[in-house]
Amino acid sequence: MEHYDSVLFSRMLTELTLTFHIIYATIGVGVPLLIFMAQWLGIKKQDEHYILLARRWTRGFIITVAVGVVTGTAIGLQLNLLWPTFMELAGNVIALPLFMETFAFFFEAIFLGIYLYTWDRFENQRKHMLLLIPVAIGASFSAVFITMVNAFMNTPQGFELENGNLINVEPLIAMFNPAMPTKVAHVLATAYMTSAFILASIAAFRMMKGSNHIYHKKALLLTVKIGLVFSIAAAIIGDFSGKFLAAYQPEKLAAMEWHFHTEEGAPLVLFGILDEENDIQYSIKLPYALSILAHGNPNAEVIGLDQYNEEDIPPLYIHYLFNIMVIIGMGVTFIGLIYVVANFLRRTFIHNKWFLTLLVLTGPLCIIAIEAGWWLAEVGRQPWILRGILRTKDAATTSNHVDVMLYLFIALYIVLGIASMIVLIRMFKRNPVEKELQDVKGGG
Amino acid sequence: MSHELIGISVLWCFLFGYIIVASIDFGAGFFQAYSVLVKKEHIISNIIKRYLSPVWEVTNVFLVFFFVGIVGFFPSTAYYYGTILLVPASIAIILLAIRGSYYAFTTYGSLKSNMWTYLYGFSGLFIPASLSIVLTISEGGFVLQTNSSIELDYLNLFLSPLTWSIVILSLTSVLYISAVFLTWYASKAKDEEATELMRKYALIWAIPAILTAAGIIVELRLHNIHHYERMIDLWWMFAISFLLFLLTIRLLWLRRSYGLAFIVLTLQFFIAFFAYGVSHYPYLLYPYLTITEGFTSDAMATALIIAFIAGFCLLIPSLFLLFKLFLFNKAYLEGKTK
Repeated sequence: MEHYDSVLFSRMLTELTLTFHIIYATIGVGVPLLIFMAQWLGIKKQDEHYILLARRWTRGFIITVAVGVVTGTAIGLQLNLLWPTFMELAGNVIALPLFMETFAFFFEAIFLGIYLYTWDRFENQRKHMLLLIPVAIGASFSAVFITMVNAFMNTPQGFELENGNLINVEPLIAMFNPAMPTKVAHVLATAYMTSAFILASIAAFRMMKGSNHIYHKKALLLTVKIGLVFSIAAAIIGDFSGKFLAAYQPEKLAAMEWHFHTEEGAPLVLFGILDEENDIQYSIKLPYALSILAHGNPNAEVIGLDQYNEEDIPPLYIHYLFNIMVIIGMGVTFIGLIYVVANFLRRTFIHNKWFLTLLVLTGPLCIIAIEAGWWLAEVGRQPWILRGILRTKDAATTSNHVDVMLYLFIALYIVLGIASMIVLIRMFKRNPVEKELQDVKGGG
Repeated sequence: MSHELIGISVLWCFLFGYIIVASIDFGAGFFQAYSVLVKKEHIISNIIKRYLSPVWEVTNVFLVFFFVGIVGFFPSTAYYYGTILLVPASIAIILLAIRGSYYAFTTYGSLKSNMWTYLYGFSGLFIPASLSIVLTISEGGFVLQTNSSIELDYLNLFLSPLTWSIVILSLTSVLYISAVFLTWYASKAKDEEATELMRKYALIWAIPAILTAAGIIVELRLHNIHHYERMIDLWWMFAISFLLFLLTIRLLWLRRSYGLAFIVLTLQFFIAFFAYGVSHYPYLLYPYLTITEGFTSDAMATALIIAFIAGFCLLIPSLFLLFKLFLFNKAYLEGKTK
């Protein structure tokens, strides 16, 4: 019983840290690219607005980076503290990308420090802009390496187990595992997409509040365009992810689609709830769609949950998470598409209050989708921490103090979350764009 | 050289790097808070801010590098230390989180209140205290092994004089290292008032730092005789370290070449730190874990070493650029550029 508790609390603490960290991590991966785009446009078009955009985004970015750094350190250490058995095994096989992630982050941290303090040091602004390239590369590669580790947890390979001993370890084979391509691509695309829409939300919010400044319109158009490109990319990658799951983790796909019986020409279940007998109620069934998603062929056979023992099946509530993620993804893509097309056709309804409200919602919605996606990825891998090799319940720490730590960290994240919000809001309220633009003009 | 020896040496170097940069950082935070408390803020605040601003993130990475690296090279440490360190390491994470984020909040955001300066400054002293516990635990005698698990013997750890000597050593050396560095930094910035004040702090903290260091060797004799004897075998390394300590003090006393003083101090700590490490060899955790038993596979070790060399080739020029722009740039130091 005691052992059971430490597993539960370890899971809760890990989930809590990841849920909190992923917001800041996503922004940390995506925003450098957007700052780079804005600064590049500003230099190319000799447009002060884009330069100011880059400056203001950087100022906010640094706050989120700070929280991302400290929560990233927390999750890195917590993996060892809460899952010592898993990390001992993982350390033997998948340590390489973890190790390289620190280098990528090191690289990013150094150049971010330089970038921040050298706005006015270079005669040639391009030189200053170039400093962002290592920042963006470091940020993106941090995500790539960490996602490789997560992919390994889903499709472990590159080693053999013999009487409980690891032999024939091949670090590169472990790194480039089957789950890696779709997972890495999906994480990167959605991080860029989410960051773009968060910044779009801010611009739309300013316009909704009555600011008519061209600065906000430029910001909105730039961010929605970038967000749209990556949301379309995310949708395409999603299709590949379905095919990957069908081939390598069919139980995860079956659980998230509530696909109970192995059959050909399988329909895709959208929405719905499960009743007590595990029958699906109130759902929409798209005929053949699951077979197409899984195998690209409407008549293909899709493996159902009936092929698995009960103790090997993930919790069925991941279907809701999957739906939330997909619906938000499609909805946000659609809003972005309307905005870009209408802007091209010079329709003015996109600057009406109701449409701006929709745009304001895109950022928060994307964050919800990111959370749902990570919960889906992690809960969908249960009961395994390392699929097929090590069960979550056997990997947790045996310490009896996890619950106290959980409460401490809840308090920490509340403080950090609220403080970072207050700081960000105050930072931009005290120094609105209009004022800063005048200062630039006034100052020469 | 065997792979495990390369591995532990690289990690030990990074831990040393962390100890130096983090000490400067923690000490600077403390001196700043202290200066606010005694209303001497105007003297050293500027110097400290100008140093800390561009490098605070980099400090943290050294620590992350160390613990990711040690789990990579010695995966069994994840099991042993991961299990026993839950409470002390969690507390250290929380303190690091508060400290790191509030630094950014106050510097880049407009959160300005003396309370945060105090919180920031004094939490910086608790972090080395909580992290140094790991060194105490590694000496053995604080881990209870039951048939299915291992656990930390909190009471014993809390009551041990060794624990407290190591904690005090961590605090005194943090303040000493930081004060010497800031003396040099202030003198490079041609800020005489700040240089004098930091020099005074450096001299004040030098004595307790060396006394506690010597005290620990005595404590170890009672606690872990095996380790103590191995340290005595390396007496000459500690002797060199002590001579370097005297040289730093002399330079500070004579107000001469503060830059050299800091380099000598770094060497002093480097030699003592390696003498300690070598005498600890081959144990990672007395008596459960040695570096050969806990070592990863050959393939992984090779991969990690290659990755390390490649990464190092990227990092060294980047760090050089950072230092060139902020530590050794005259205009920046003297506050002429922003």
